[in-house]
Amino acid sequence: MHPLLPGASPSRRTFLTAIGGAFVLGAVLPVRLARAEAQGPAEGAGALAPKPGTRVAAFLEIHPDGTIKLLSPFVEGGQGIATGMAQIVGEELDVPPSRFVVECAPPGPDYAVVNGIRMTGGSFSTRSSYETMRRLGATARDLMIRAAAARLKVQDSELTTSDGVVLHAATGRALPYGELAADALKLKPNEAVPLRDPKNFRYIRQPVPRLDVRDKSTGRAVYAIDQKVDGMLYAAVQHAPRLGTEPTRLANEAEVKAMPGVHSIHRLPGAVAVAADSWWRARKAVEALKVEWSAAKPSGIDTVAADFSSETMLAALKASADPGHVAEEQGDVAGAFARAAKVVEADYEAPYLAHAQLEPPSSIARFEPDGTLDVWLPNQMPEVFQAVSAKVAGLPPAQVRIHSPMLGGFFGRHFTYEAGNPFPQAILLAKATGRPVKVLWSREEEFARDAVRPLSFSRFRAALDAAGQPTALEVRTVGEGPIGRYFSMMMQTPVDPSAVEGIVGKPYAVPNRRMTFTKIAHPVNIAFWRSVGHSMNDAFYESFLDEVAGAGGQDPFALRMALLGGSARHRTLLTTVAEMSGGWRRGPYEGEGGMRARGLAMASPFGSETATIAEVSVEGGEARVHNLWIAFDPGSIVNPAIVKAQVESAAVLGLSSVLFEQIVYRDGVRQSQNYDTYPVLRREHMPKVHVRIVESGAPMGGVGEPGLPGVPPAILNAIAALTGQRIRALPIANTKLSAA
Amino acid sequence: MVSLTINGRQYAVDAEPDTPLLFVLRDTLGLTGTKYGCGIAQCGACTVHLDGQATRSCQVSLESVGDQVVTTIEAIEQDEIGRKVVEAWVALQVPQCGYCQSGQVMAATALLKQTPHPTDGDIAEAMTNLCRCGTYNAIAAAVRQAAA
Ligand code: FES
Ligand code: FES
Repeated sequence: MHPLLPGASPSRRTFLTAIGGAFVLGAVLPVRLARAEAQGPAEGAGALAPKPGTRVAAFLEIHPDGTIKLLSPFVEGGQGIATGMAQIVGEELDVPPSRFVVECAPPGPDYAVVNGIRMTGGSFSTRSSYETMRRLGATARDLMIRAAAARLKVQDSELTTSDGVVLHAATGRALPYGELAADALKLKPNEAVPLRDPKNFRYIRQPVPRLDVRDKSTGRAVYAIDQKVDGMLYAAVQHAPRLGTEPTRLANEAEVKAMPGVHSIHRLPGAVAVAADSWWRARKAVEALKVEWSAAKPSGIDTVAADFSSETMLAALKASADPGHVAEEQGDVAGAFARAAKVVEADYEAPYLAHAQLEPPSSIARFEPDGTLDVWLPNQMPEVFQAVSAKVAGLPPAQVRIHSPMLGGFFGRHFTYEAGNPFPQAILLAKATGRPVKVLWSREEEFARDAVRPLSFSRFRAALDAAGQPTALEVRTVGEGPIGRYFSMMMQTPVDPSAVEGIVGKPYAVPNRRMTFTKIAHPVNIAFWRSVGHSMNDAFYESFLDEVAGAGGQDPFALRMALLGGSARHRTLLTTVAEMSGGWRRGPYEGEGGMRARGLAMASPFGSETATIAEVSVEGGEARVHNLWIAFDPGSIVNPAIVKAQVESAAVLGLSSVLFEQIVYRDGVRQSQNYDTYPVLRREHMPKVHVRIVESGAPMGGVGEPGLPGVPPAILNAIAALTGQRIRALPIANTKLSAA
Repeated sequence: MVSLTINGRQYAVDAEPDTPLLFVLRDTLGLTGTKYGCGIAQCGACTVHLDGQATRSCQVSLESVGDQVVTTIEAIEQDEIGRKVVEAWVALQVPQCGYCQSGQVMAATALLKQTPHPTDGDIAEAMTNLCRCGTYNAIAAAVRQAAA
C-alpha cells in the first residue's frame, strides 16, 4: 500500500484515477506524514487520524440564524462542486442547499475523502465522496435529534426534522438546529445512521440553483487574484526564456531600483522579480530589467535546449524503436495480420496545450510574528501545497496554513508543477523582504510557465478481413503522461495510464488487440489537462476507427454498433445520440449556407460514457462546427443542470483545442505569449450544444471532464466525411481544408 | 493626483499617468470585481463603462479617462438595465468559474442600453469577451431574456 492512500486498498485503476495528480518539487511527498504533523502532537495512544469524512465538527458550522457553513473537501472552480456538496449534505441533514455557505476546508486529515487522499481533480469529487458526505449529513441530523430529545426529555423516535428544525409532533414543540448545535456536537456520533430513501430525495437529482451565481454575476466572488493582506508588497516576475536557465547578471539594476514604487529586486530560481507598492509598478520595473541568463544546452531533448522544438520532440517520439510495454493485449494479433485481407496504418499526433484558464495565477505569502506561514493560493490539493510550501519555507507543515480561494477556471492547472506555480516565489520573496508578498503572473508569464498537456504520438495498424470487419488492432504510443511524471513510483507496471487512456479500455469487440506504451520523457513541465490522456487519445482512436470503417466499406455508425454488440449501455448511448440529432446521417448534404457532414465518436472517460455527433461545414478553408449532440451517461447524477453545463463546458474546451490550440516550441522558447498567439474558442465559433443525460444506473462516473474527449474526433470524422481530408495532426487550424 | 468619477463617487488617485485604469480600479481603489485576464484587449474580463460605453479598462490609461464617468460591475445593480441583466444571468445560471462574467455582464448591459432588442447579429458583434468555460450560449440566452 502506498502512503498516499492510507487505509485504502482500491483497485489499481481506481487508485490511478483517484490520484489524478499530486506533485511536489522533485518528489512525491509522504502526504500521510505531512498530515500527521499537521494535526499537531498526538493525543495519547488512541490518537489515530479520524476516519475521513466522519467528524461532523470538522465540516459543519450551524449558526443560530439557521445558515450552515460547510467546509468542503473540494475547491470550487466552476464545476459546481460547492452546490453539489450542499445538496448531498443538505439532503440528509434536512436543510435546503440554499441555506449553505460553502468554503474550501483547510488542510487536515478529515478531508481525505477521495479514497484516502484529498484532491479536486480526475472528475472524482462527487463520485468518490457521495456516500461519505451523505452519511456525514445523516450523522449530523441524528446528533440534532438526540440533542433535542435530551432537551425536550422525550424519546428520539418521537422526533422528526424539517428544514433545519427538530419537531416534536405530539406537543408541537420545535427546536431549530442553530439552538441545538452546541449540545449536539458534544454527543458521540452514532456509527450507523440510516440514509434517506432515494425515492424521497428533494435536493439530490434536482436542478438546484448554484450557490455562487449571483456573486459571480455581480463581481462579488473573490478569487486568489482579488485577495489583499495588510502591508503587502506586490511582486511581478520575468521568467528565464528557457526553462532551466538562471539569471546571471542584471545590467541595469540601479536604474530599475530607482523606478517609482520599487521596493526591491530579487533573483529567484529561473526568474527575476521586483517587489513594489503596486503590481503595475512592479511589472513595469521587472520588464525593464535587462537580464542575462545562463546558457541552455545547445541540443538534445533531455533539457529545454537552445534548439529544442516541438518538431524535434515529435520526431524523437516517432523515431523511437523501443518496443515499450504492453498496455492491453488480447488474442493473436500477429496471426490476424498474417491472415488480413487488408491492412490500414496511420500515425496521429497532438501538440502541447496550455490551460489558458482566465484567471492568471497569483499567490500571497505572509510570515507571522510567531514564525508560522500563511499562504493564499489557487490549488486543487491543499495538503500537497502545504507540504511544498513548508519545504520552501523551511518549516514543518503544521506551521503552514493554506487558504484555498475559488478558482477562476482550472482544468488541471492548479496542481504543483515545479516551476509552474507562483507560490514558491511568493514564499521566497516574503522571506527576503520581511513583508507579506503577493506574486501575480502576467498573462505572458503564465503562458511562459504554465505546465502543458504533453505533445503526443500514436501509431495505429488494423487488420481487416474480406468482409471489411476489423480483426486486429495494434497501437504504439510513445511519450509521457503526467501520472508517469509525478507518480511513477506508484505505478505497478511501466505503463503510464495517463498516456494510454482512451486507446486502451475502449468498448469495441475487436478480437485481437495489442497496445503498447514506450516512455520518452519531455524536457518541459507537463500537466494534467481537462480529460488528460483522453484529450488526444480518443481523437486518435475514434478517427482511426473511421478510417477502418472507410477501408472496409462500412458506415461508421453501423461499424460501431456492430462492434458494441456485447454492451447494451454503449448501444443505448449510440442510439440516443443518433436520435437526438434526428437520425444518423453522415452526409455530405446540403445545409444552410453550403454542404455539411457529420461525424461520430464515443469515449469512456473517468467512469462515464459518451457518444457525440458533430455537424461541420467548411468556410474559407476553415472548419465551422454547427451542432454538437452529446449523449452522456455518468451512471447517476446529483444535479442535472450542473451536469449539463459541465458537459457543455468540457465540449467547448474539446472544440477549442481541436480547432485552434497549440503551444509550439521553437529554439527552446514557447511561441505563444497571450490569447492573440494562443487563440481559444470565441463566440463566433460557438456551435449549438445539445446534451442529454442518460442515467443507466451504473456506478457514478465523473462529470467535469468526460464531455470533452468525444468532441475532437466527432469533428475530425465530420471533416473527413465532408472533404475527404483525414486530419491526423492537431490542431485542425494547421491544415487548410478543401471546399466540400 | 488625478480625479476620477467612478460609480457616482469622486476619487483622487496618485499613480503614473500611463497606469491602466484596470489596475487603478483593482489595486489602488480595491474595486476587484473588474478582472485582469490578458492586459492586451483580447479577453474583455476588464470591461467597464466609460460614459456608458463598454470599454476594456486594460487599454485605458489613467490620464485618458478625463471627465468620463466610469461605471464598474460593483454598481451594475444600481442601473435598471444592469439589474435586469444580472437577474437574467442568475435565472439562466450562466457562470461556471465566473471569472469572465463581470466583463460579460458589463458588455451585455452596454449593449442593451444602446440596443434594447438586439438581434443575434448584434449579440455576436457586441459580446466578444472570452469565456474559457464556454458559457457563450448561456450568455446569449441571458442577453435575450434580459431584453425581453
Ligand atoms: S484584461 Fe483587458 S481585455 Fe483582457
Ligand atoms: S465562466 Fe469561466 S471564463 Fe467564463
